[in-house]
Amino acid sequence: MSLNELLPLAVLASSLLPGLVIFTLPESSVGLRTTLNLFGAVAKLALIGVLLAGVAAGQSYVFRYAVLPGIDLVFKADALALLFVGLSAVLWLFTTLYAIGYLEGAPHRSRFFGFFSLCVTATMGIAMAGNLFTFFVFYEVLTLSTFPLVVHRGTDKALKGGTVYLAYTLAGGAVLLTGIVWLHNLLGHTEFTHGGVAGTLGMEKAASLRWIFLLLIAGLGVKAAIVPLHGWLPQAMVAPAPVSALLHAVAVVKAGAFGIVRVVYEVFGVEFAQSLDLLTPLAVAAAITILWGSGRALFQDDLKKRLAFSTVSQVSYIALGTALFGPIGTIGGLVHLVHQGIMKITLFFCAGNYAETLGIHKVSEMDSAGRRMPVTTLAFSIAALGMMGAPFTAGAVSKAWLSDGARAASMDWAILVLWASSLLNAAYFLPILWRSWSRRAPAAAWPAEHIPMQGWRETTWLLLLPPLVTAAVTIAAGILADTDFSPLAWAKLIAAREYLESAP
Amino acid sequence: MTSGMVFAATGAVLFAMGVAGVVLLDHLMRRILAFNLMGSGAFLVLVGTAQRDGSVDPVPQAMVLTGIVVAVAATALAITLARRLYTLSGRTELSGTDDD
Amino acid sequence: MTDPLVWLIVLPLVWASVAFLLGPSRGARLAVAGLGFQLLLALDLTRMLMTGGPRRYAVGGWGAPLGIDLFADGLSAIMLLLVQSIALLLAIYARSYFKPGAASRHFWPMMGFLVAGMNALFLAADLFNVYVTLELVGLAAVGLVAAGGEAAQLAAALRYLFATLVGSGAYLLAVALVYGTYGTVAIETLAPLIDARPPLAVWLAGALMLAGLLVKSALFPFHFWLPPAHGGAPAPVSALLSALVVKATFYLILRLWLGPFAPLAAAAVWLPSVLGCVAILWGSIMAIRTRRLKLLVAYSTVAQLGYLFLIFPLLAPDGIALQAGVLQAVAHGLAKSAMFAAAGVLIIASGRDAVEGVAGAAQHLPLTLFAFALAGVTLMGLPPSGGFLAKWLLIDAALLQGQWWLAAVVIAGGLLAAVYVFRVLRQAFLIVPENAVIAPVPRVLEWATFVLAAASVLLGLGGMEIVRLLGVGAPT
Repeated sequence: MSLNELLPLAVLASSLLPGLVIFTLPESSVGLRTTLNLFGAVAKLALIGVLLAGVAAGQSYVFRYAVLPGIDLVFKADALALLFVGLSAVLWLFTTLYAIGYLEGAPHRSRFFGFFSLCVTATMGIAMAGNLFTFFVFYEVLTLSTFPLVVHRGTDKALKGGTVYLAYTLAGGAVLLTGIVWLHNLLGHTEFTHGGVAGTLGMEKAASLRWIFLLLIAGLGVKAAIVPLHGWLPQAMVAPAPVSALLHAVAVVKAGAFGIVRVVYEVFGVEFAQSLDLLTPLAVAAAITILWGSGRALFQDDLKKRLAFSTVSQVSYIALGTALFGPIGTIGGLVHLVHQGIMKITLFFCAGNYAETLGIHKVSEMDSAGRRMPVTTLAFSIAALGMMGAPFTAGAVSKAWLSDGARAASMDWAILVLWASSLLNAAYFLPILWRSWSRRAPAAAWPAEHIPMQGWRETTWLLLLPPLVTAAVTIAAGILADTDFSPLAWAKLIAAREYLESAP
Repeated sequence: MTSGMVFAATGAVLFAMGVAGVVLLDHLMRRILAFNLMGSGAFLVLVGTAQRDGSVDPVPQAMVLTGIVVAVAATALAITLARRLYTLSGRTELSGTDDD
Repeated sequence: MTDPLVWLIVLPLVWASVAFLLGPSRGARLAVAGLGFQLLLALDLTRMLMTGGPRRYAVGGWGAPLGIDLFADGLSAIMLLLVQSIALLLAIYARSYFKPGAASRHFWPMMGFLVAGMNALFLAADLFNVYVTLELVGLAAVGLVAAGGEAAQLAAALRYLFATLVGSGAYLLAVALVYGTYGTVAIETLAPLIDARPPLAVWLAGALMLAGLLVKSALFPFHFWLPPAHGGAPAPVSALLSALVVKATFYLILRLWLGPFAPLAAAAVWLPSVLGCVAILWGSIMAIRTRRLKLLVAYSTVAQLGYLFLIFPLLAPDGIALQAGVLQAVAHGLAKSAMFAAAGVLIIASGRDAVEGVAGAAQHLPLTLFAFALAGVTLMGLPPSGGFLAKWLLIDAALLQGQWWLAAVVIAGGLLAAVYVFRVLRQAFLIVPENAVIAPVPRVLEWATFVLAAASVLLGLGGMEIVRLLGVGAPT
């Protein structure tokens, strides 16, 4: 087995092995557990660095294992995979730090971090899957490994949220499996290929292919929270903040959106999908989700639920970008996958900070939170401005590319949807900013304050550092978007390979 | 009708009666007796077919002997279990379901 | 002389008899040693088959039709490996499970006879030998169910006994009819003799054999004996029965369906699958509703057996459905034995056989809960397990032949299984009062359970090996 074959496996092992060991650790061995967690995260980042350099230079990293005659488990670290892998690995490191701080003294930490690592392993597997079979295997493993995280707290509410989560995701998985097996039946394989492979079946199979597309998108749409399959997401907010951060910025919703990208580009091929008239319905579904999510967010007082609906809305930008026929739209969708992850995780980190430090969970309780916790609220503000598409932020870059892509695909109505969504974003984020910065606090403020102010440090280091860093990255990704090391540059690379190497 | 066919037909009837007894009767001892009847029916069919050509075929007779041994063992097991059940609980019938 | 075919049957008979004389503690050690050796024999046999093709052995040097032939091909080898490996792990489990008493005294000899009977069944080459082994397996299994000695277990054992005797009685009558028509009971000789239009007696024989074996396989509506028997017996007994004994009769149906009775099969091809669908739905619903833990697992067996019978309308030359059925049998065997073993551990710890009882015990037994979860993953047919491979192949075969409804039933079955599996698993996350009384559990029990469960998941990576082995002397 060559080194190129081993590297994808090593990426998986870097979180799987520490995770399995962490399960066996007693609750009290904090030091060892932290070391294992961080070692795994850093090792993974190092491996990904090697992969990024290699893929940019044109190397290929493929691992293949025959599971059954005609069915292979395939790992392929290509440019698109590395986009998701890179995002996940970087954010995993910061979420691990955050979770260590958040769960300090809480019960069942070994169990939590064990499943946490399994969750990241599953995400890596989804990202590097080289065919739909492998994708599905890790897609379901993700479902199974996130369930214990959602119900971690063990309360009745947590279990109810977990049950709803499972019902949605397992049903979605069943639908997805049907589509995959059907496609495998028709094609003989389900390999991801640049430019898609379903086109070889021709238009005689158009009816079957349309059904398959519907099944696949519906199955993926549950995790990607496309309306009306999004019901599990607000319910899952019962999980601890690091879990919400992970689920909404990195793992679950992005897995669904990533799957949609793979299906449209590398299973069907964007031109063939266009000829089957599949892209417009997808764009419409995405648009409905964008507007519906933003609309529901306006009426949520619970902070995490407001952010949840905001996620429902924002993740569909990726689906919209995928449905906009042409490289510009593609780039917009892909780069938003990264940017939305960074911005949303910042918001959830801050929400967790407010809950842990001051005991506030609702927007109405956030009056003058900015005075008490200025750094956190600064990070929150930057991320919120990014979501609105304010200049100099990452969000502005993705919105710009998406709008241009809509124009290039002659779908000008999508531009209206994007603008409407930005306005709605402003409508539900600006009041929060105004409340926390300028409203005066009532007399008996912060009755549930857990962590007192220590000098200028408003909360513990571990809770403060991650959102600061990710907020800074939000701005950096915006200002430095045109350099060679930005997410935008990588998205352009992917689009170039996608469109240039595809079969005409 | 050859004598073999008579045996076989009788055996079939006995078999059917035996199965009906095991399934439909309630008292354990009666069901065990019905099982033996069923077994005897099957053996008769075997013996009956052993005489089809007029000459005697030893193979089915060997099979019947084996079957009798098995039936004896099974009957012994059944009687032991039934006796023990009666000693422990006074029951001579199996109730509808034993689930919760 | 060291032909593994013979030793696989003789060795367990020997150690079972000796164990009866030696008593439970030495008997247990003897059993573990014997089973370990048998596993090596089965692996050796597999190696011989892969290199040399199917093997035949005439016992005592006398060939058919008067002597007894033993025959092994790929399918036999897979079942033999399954039995020896599960029995070995369950023997290790049972050694630490049983407290001294009547149950442990009778367990080892009967387990030995059960394993001997099953090995002989998988190696049998003629129909009457199959009858003898069926009876041996049946009586040993009934004895195991009754070993606990309580009234409820005796009643369950009697119910099982009557069902199994009716089943083998029907089978015997069928053998009589076949012999009466063709003058032979050797499977290989019969296959070319039965053509597409056989006499009435052979139709009757086929129907009787199918009915008898279905009763012993506990396919709906003949499943009534299974829940009380498997739900009431001690955990290692339930594991042996659910994982192995019901698979033996399924194996026979498969052999006869694909072998001598193939021309007749077309007439009855929908019956097993329709009954299988009902079994899946009925068993899952009962498992979702019951409050006892072992009964939940027993009803799960009723449901999972339905999957095995879905393959019959799909059996075709390309063999996908056969691979699906065999993979499902193996995966379910490993997973169900793990699940019963885990249930046994949880019941010892919590002191009661209730689904709610899991909550307190789960905090102290994470390994067991993990094993239960892994076993559940296989039963649900979720990746990356052996059950998932079986499910994929089954859906693939169904779609290839245009049987949409079968694929839908398989998928629905998986979702229903998720409901009852997570009924138990969610208990592990509940907050429980710290003062719950938890009995200590020997570590060996947890590890044996975990190995079984892990095997069912790792099976997901070993699919190619099984398919290759299945291809040796394939019946189709």
